[in-house]
Amino acid sequence: MSKFKKKKGGGLPPINTAALPDIVFMLLFFFMVATEMREDTLKIKNSMPVADQVEKLDKKNPVSFIYMGSPKEEYKKLGTQARIQLNDKFADVDEVIAFIGAERAALREELVPFLTVSLKVDKESNMGIVGDVKQELRKANALKINYATGTGDATSNM
Amino acid sequence: MAKRDVPEVNAGSMADIAFLLLIFFLVTTTIPKDTGLNRKLPPIDDSEFEPPVIKQKNIFTVLLNGKDQLLVEDEVMEIKDLRKAAIDFLDNGGDGSCSFCKGLKDEKSSDNPDKAIISLKNERETSYAAYIAVQNELVAAYNTLRNRRALEVGPKKGFRDMDFITMQKNYKDVKWYGNKAKLKKLIDKIKLEIPQKLSEVVN
Repeated sequence: MSKFKKKKGGGLPPINTAALPDIVFMLLFFFMVATEMREDTLKIKNSMPVADQVEKLDKKNPVSFIYMGSPKEEYKKLGTQARIQLNDKFADVDEVIAFIGAERAALREELVPFLTVSLKVDKESNMGIVGDVKQELRKANALKINYATGTGDATSNM
Repeated sequence: MAKRDVPEVNAGSMADIAFLLLIFFLVTTTIPKDTGLNRKLPPIDDSEFEPPVIKQKNIFTVLLNGKDQLLVEDEVMEIKDLRKAAIDFLDNGGDGSCSFCKGLKDEKSSDNPDKAIISLKNERETSYAAYIAVQNELVAAYNTLRNRRALEVGPKKGFRDMDFITMQKNYKDVKWYGNKAKLKKLIDKIKLEIPQKLSEVVN
């Protein structure tokens, strides 16, 4: 009656991991679709205030980003005053016009009037620097701006 | 000749490769956060023209000082009351020319939404968060009135139960199948009736 012989070992059967790559690929594709490449490495603190009357930034039109905020821990020697970051480096207020010029030069000509400037400003910064940048943008005739914010109750900002 | 067995490819490390890619994408990408308040800056005006004289009662002054305190029409106010105050000002309809206003028709407040101007002044020391909060409340005041107007006018034009925000969203939505040309006309009409006249003082 060898049919009823006890199996040797009798331990746990190995878990089938053949589907593991499928699961990981699924996650991979999700992240590839739902996220986008980091454009600039931030050298400043950048946690944005919240507002509830927000609109989605229109991605069909070209967008340039201007970051403002106090320098991160690594750049502590620059002080705690809010600073401007254009592309990957710190900049002064008078460089904004040149930056807008460069952004426009990179665009197709018919898209130039639709350039939106998104101001990503840290909530800890003061309006002084923001006002200066706004004035420079007016000089550069880049009048469409967007204050990047999170979504939430705006009165919690104060 | 006997058939040769094709050896099975070992796929055990496939998961490792996929994990590697996954972690690479997790590190190098961000989930985009692209919401915000859209505003338009006024162009720099070099012309010598005298600006038109605006009656004081048509201006709603909002002042935000360096300590984030709010002064509205020369009175101290809390941020939570600002939206209501702005709506009351815009919706006043003092000269009776505005057919859809439901305000108090106060002689001392604005004539009609077309003439009413909100003037916002901030100081250099004002915090950005407070500024955004105030901007948000003022935009909210305009949006509230536009929504109300849209719900009144919409049904007559065949856009039932759609407030102004929904209209704008639908207009931009490629999957929305209504009459976009008609909707655009309605949006522009409401925008013209209740224009966003929010001026900022440059200091």
